[in-house]
Amino acid sequence: MSIVYGEMFLTESVKFFWGCTVGEQATFEVSYTVEGADFSIAGEGAARLKRVLQQVGLPPALVRRIALATYEAELNVVIHAYRGVIKARVSSALVEVWVEDQGPGIPNVELAMKEGYSTAPDHVRALGFGAGMGLPNIRRNADALKITTVVGEGTALYMTFAGPSSEV
Amino acid sequence: MASYFHSVQLDEEKCRGCTNCIKRCPTEAIRVRQGKARIEAARCVDCGQCIRACPNRAKSVLTDSRAALKDFKYTVGLVAPSFFAQFRSNPSPGKVLAAVKLMGFTHVRGLFLAAELVASAIAKHLATTAGPFPRISTSCPAVVRLIQVRFPDLTRHLVSIEAPMEVAAYLARAEVRGETGCQDEDIGVFFITPCPAKVTAVHQPVGVGKSQLNGAFSFSEVYADAYRLLASVKEEEPVVGSARGLVWARSGGEGEGVAIDDYLAVDGIEHVITVLEEVEMGRLRGVRYIEGQACVGGCVGGALVVENPFVARVRVAQVARALPLYSPPEITLPEEALVLKQDLSPRPFIQLDEDMEVAIKKLGELEKIVERLPMLDCGSCGAPHCRALAEDIVRDTAVLTDCDFVLREQVNELAQELISLTVLLPNAMGRKRIDGEGEK
Repeated sequence: MSIVYGEMFLTESVKFFWGCTVGEQATFEVSYTVEGADFSIAGEGAARLKRVLQQVGLPPALVRRIALATYEAELNVVIHAYRGVIKARVSSALVEVWVEDQGPGIPNVELAMKEGYSTAPDHVRALGFGAGMGLPNIRRNADALKITTVVGEGTALYMTFAGPSSEV
Repeated sequence: MASYFHSVQLDEEKCRGCTNCIKRCPTEAIRVRQGKARIEAARCVDCGQCIRACPNRAKSVLTDSRAALKDFKYTVGLVAPSFFAQFRSNPSPGKVLAAVKLMGFTHVRGLFLAAELVASAIAKHLATTAGPFPRISTSCPAVVRLIQVRFPDLTRHLVSIEAPMEVAAYLARAEVRGETGCQDEDIGVFFITPCPAKVTAVHQPVGVGKSQLNGAFSFSEVYADAYRLLASVKEEEPVVGSARGLVWARSGGEGEGVAIDDYLAVDGIEHVITVLEEVEMGRLRGVRYIEGQACVGGCVGGALVVENPFVARVRVAQVARALPLYSPPEITLPEEALVLKQDLSPRPFIQLDEDMEVAIKKLGELEKIVERLPMLDCGSCGAPHCRALAEDIVRDTAVLTDCDFVLREQVNELAQELISLTVLLPNAMGRKRIDGEGEK
């Protein structure tokens, strides 16, 4: 059974973006792979995406939100999953980021969205990660967030960010 | 486009077009073109890394001529704290100041008191500000500019408080005016500097205000004279301030002066970058203040110093013994003297085009170009790494065949094509085909 979780985070201002077509705008797509349990390179995908967004010339504050949310999602893959992939589609109106992993899935998404709730093992916490702020931080920084998860198979996050040329 | 003053200059005669500097530049500001290194002004932060990297000594720092002292009725030599650690015999700070004065200044000052005043202002700021945290020091001008060009979003973290150099110049001007009754224009203030970034700070305080300084001389230029004149010193100059101001000469000194526990001191521009990346990702928690210095060891490691930075660090501690540990500054400065008069707004250089739509298209082209490049980052094309060449190509400042490997590939393809053309010679011409089949 797959759980789709997300509608509740939609605010009025971003509803427009669900199913919005990018239309005439130029788009750019990238993808990076993420290895589970490798803390030494955790954040590289987010850092590379950040550089791409800076090259596009998106406003610094928006770049920061996207990089932060992507970083948290990437870290979740490193902490909990076996491997994953970060995909992004960038246009001046909308930035979409997918972070999909093969991993244990999230049994209770509502609980996982709570600040401070964490299932990270002790050795991970000892490294200073897994404070239970990942998903709440993503939710705070993304304009919209959708979580699809299957216990025992994996989790897919879909985040969107309104770009400067959006009409909202 | 705004023009930027830079103190780091290239001597075309000496530059052999090698690629040592392009690899070391933290903002990828240098390209080799037509056999010479070119520094892109908008990206350069005057950190001095290229000066250290250049085996041909082709990078130099544009400092002022000492003839400039003649333009002023009164001249003040402001001596950077790290200068006091350059001498083997560990002369007292008062003696060093006196030797500098003998070089032709009417007045001479250390930065000790100014550094203490700045530290107090920072402490007060940290106690009252709402953030965003961590706050970041503005005392190293190379780090400030690094943040403006490479971490534009972190400019919000910069503390708008003048560096000790400017505050010391303000104090010195007030004292000389009070002592002589002269006009402000009659006073020339000159900084004895360990680094090119401070020279740039003197000559280009972008935006809001004007620097209190009129020029700068490097340690390396004045060292020999100062050393020689030490022997002629009859009377030491009075030293105002304490060891707490002197220790700004090395990494960690500023944080000690501010006297808080949760500060982070990082030195060496590559390390500064790694810390700023942490801040940008929101990963640095529990730190309220960052003192970042572009040079290894702090100012004692400046690109224009004479002494080994690690030796100088020891000397700082030894010289500090000659000074009172701490004397709370008895003066209070007007607000205006402490407010940073430099423009701290972002100066991002990284976008591929001003038009976002075009930039996105170029990004697509860039990825295709990257796939064709060898990713050896050899630098032979004049760009620091393969990706940088791809960026230059989509910016129209380079072409694909600038890459030696791509060029060879294309020459090879051309050669293959030539061979295949000879093979295709018609039998009717009655010549041997090189694969031998034509003999039938």
